[in-house]
Amino acid sequence: MPPLIDVRNLTKTYSLGEVTVRALQGVTLTIERGSFVAVMGPSGSGKSTFMNLVGCLDRPTSGRYFLDGVAVESLDRDRLADIRNRKIGFIFQTFNLLPRMTALENVELPLLYKSGETPNAAALARRALVSVGLSGRERSLPSQLSGGQQQRVAIARALINQPEILLADEPTGQLDSRTGNEILEIFVRLNRESGITIVLVTHSDEIAAYAERIIGFRDGRVVSDTPVKLAALRIGPAGIGAAAEAEARP
Amino acid sequence: MKQLRSSVKIAFRALAMNKLRSALTMLGIVIGVASVIATVAVGSGATERIQEQIASIGSNLIVVLPGSLTTGGLRMGTGFAVTLSESDAREIPLQCPAVAYAAPVIRGGAQVVAGNNNWATIIYGVTPDYLAMRDLSVAQGEEFSTSDVDGANKVALLGKTVVDNLFGAANPVGQPIRIKNVPFTVVGVLTPKGQSSTGQDQDDLILLPISTAKRKVIGFNPANADAVNMILIQARSAGQIAAAQEEITALLRQRHHLQRAELDDFSIRNMQEIFAAQEASSRIMAFMLAAVASVSLVVGGIGIMNIMLISVRERTREIGLRQAVGAKTRDILTQFLVEAATLSIAGGMVGIVLGVAASVAISQIAGWRTVVGPGAVLLAVFFSALVGIGFGYYPARKAAYLDPIEALRYE
Repeated sequence: MPPLIDVRNLTKTYSLGEVTVRALQGVTLTIERGSFVAVMGPSGSGKSTFMNLVGCLDRPTSGRYFLDGVAVESLDRDRLADIRNRKIGFIFQTFNLLPRMTALENVELPLLYKSGETPNAAALARRALVSVGLSGRERSLPSQLSGGQQQRVAIARALINQPEILLADEPTGQLDSRTGNEILEIFVRLNRESGITIVLVTHSDEIAAYAERIIGFRDGRVVSDTPVKLAALRIGPAGIGAAAEAEARP
Repeated sequence: MKQLRSSVKIAFRALAMNKLRSALTMLGIVIGVASVIATVAVGSGATERIQEQIASIGSNLIVVLPGSLTTGGLRMGTGFAVTLSESDAREIPLQCPAVAYAAPVIRGGAQVVAGNNNWATIIYGVTPDYLAMRDLSVAQGEEFSTSDVDGANKVALLGKTVVDNLFGAANPVGQPIRIKNVPFTVVGVLTPKGQSSTGQDQDDLILLPISTAKRKVIGFNPANADAVNMILIQARSAGQIAAAQEEITALLRQRHHLQRAELDDFSIRNMQEIFAAQEASSRIMAFMLAAVASVSLVVGGIGIMNIMLISVRERTREIGLRQAVGAKTRDILTQFLVEAATLSIAGGMVGIVLGVAASVAISQIAGWRTVVGPGAVLLAVFFSALVGIGFGYYPARKAAYLDPIEALRYE
């Protein structure tokens, strides 16, 4: 069985007017099915670009990307949309719920764009809400929910099509630490119980400690790739990110 | 299907969010559709009125008038010569196979008295054929007959206006009237025909047997005792009108002993042609009015495009999110097209109601006839949808081809 994510020498170059920005300069790595990976790095390190490419929101300038054994680097936008719909769940820092829709309708949204009819869409969405601990809030609008509850709705939405991967971009960035920990517990549970692959971008060492592997980016390259348990053994949970950062420095 | 259903739902919700804005956007379409409906209603009302007049004149009619008279270089205009005669009228249906009937008509004005009332009106001396040819019927009493013509009986058929002025609400049938001091008996009242397209009152007249009119009321023309003012002719069918005109021309030239080089001393007019021309011009007028009105539809469409562009910008993040969870180009395109179409169709519906109301108001206030046909309504719905989709396409396309990353990051 091929690795779930297999990127080879991935580059991405933007041109902003006359300036060309080389956001990714040859990234090669694989992420196995069922793993929980944290991506770290300062802003401008290329980690967002990497996440966009992994999430099939963008196409690389060069290099190859096999997602679940399928080369996706040159697919057109509608094919990519279909892959996002079926294989990838997105969690954003700002939740990105549609404000005029109820929690239930927000969760149902990906089903709308899935090919073929989904006869029991509402029941599926309700179950997804229950699984993130939000039973009874189906008819609430996002504005009536707390930040933690909104992020739970977003997780339910990401899970509705049973994707292979959950891509979370600083999912706790706007939450207090207690609520953030609750969200991270959901991730851990999903990873352990459903075997869903999680790739999480964070600035926080504490959050990265929930992962089992930390990939560090700097200047468009991978500068560290450390299994957490190993690091934890050496340094202890609090110092993992720092260790990665330290290793990354030349 | 589920996408369409959901798109309609989303569209309604988005439009309900900005009620005032949606209403103002719709206003452009409302005004456009309402003015198209109202102008088309006025136009088809006019056309219908002309068609009715063609019918009220009678079908397949040809009018023969005496030619112009030139006396010492002074041309008197059509109708002054005394060249047409009752015998011409008698001969035409016998000699011309395309002609069904011919009715001689003499005409003159007279003061009419009944009891204490008096009224000036136009007297027509006619034969019973005339009534059938003009589609005139009798509302009260009865028509006069051929024997009344032969016997020069003093019987009269009154138009509605004459009855109103002489008798008011009383029943005139059987009552005596005096025309130029000659006593007549009213035998019938004509069914009212209303105004003609030129505003003439078609009910202000009295019909008498031609013989009686000539002897007692209008008088003989000293130059030709047999002369008539007009011969009304009915062709056998609409297709034979042209043939009838040719036959009549040939016959009358022969009867009037005209040499090859001489001009006709009569003129032939085909009523259908005159009204067909009038109808055509009223159609063109209606079409032009509708064209002007549809300009406002286009302006309304530009309003829709404007609002949709703003809406796409405001909802950039929503679009990005939808793309992230799998919306394809077509899904986003459909969503915004449906929204634009909803705006314009809703505007179209309101416009239809207002347009119909305006048509009713126009016919009440201005007294014009207006006709709102199902065709005009369908056309209005179709065009408003077309405007919505046409002008909504550019913003929708813009939304559909947004870059998902930039859209998600948009503040």
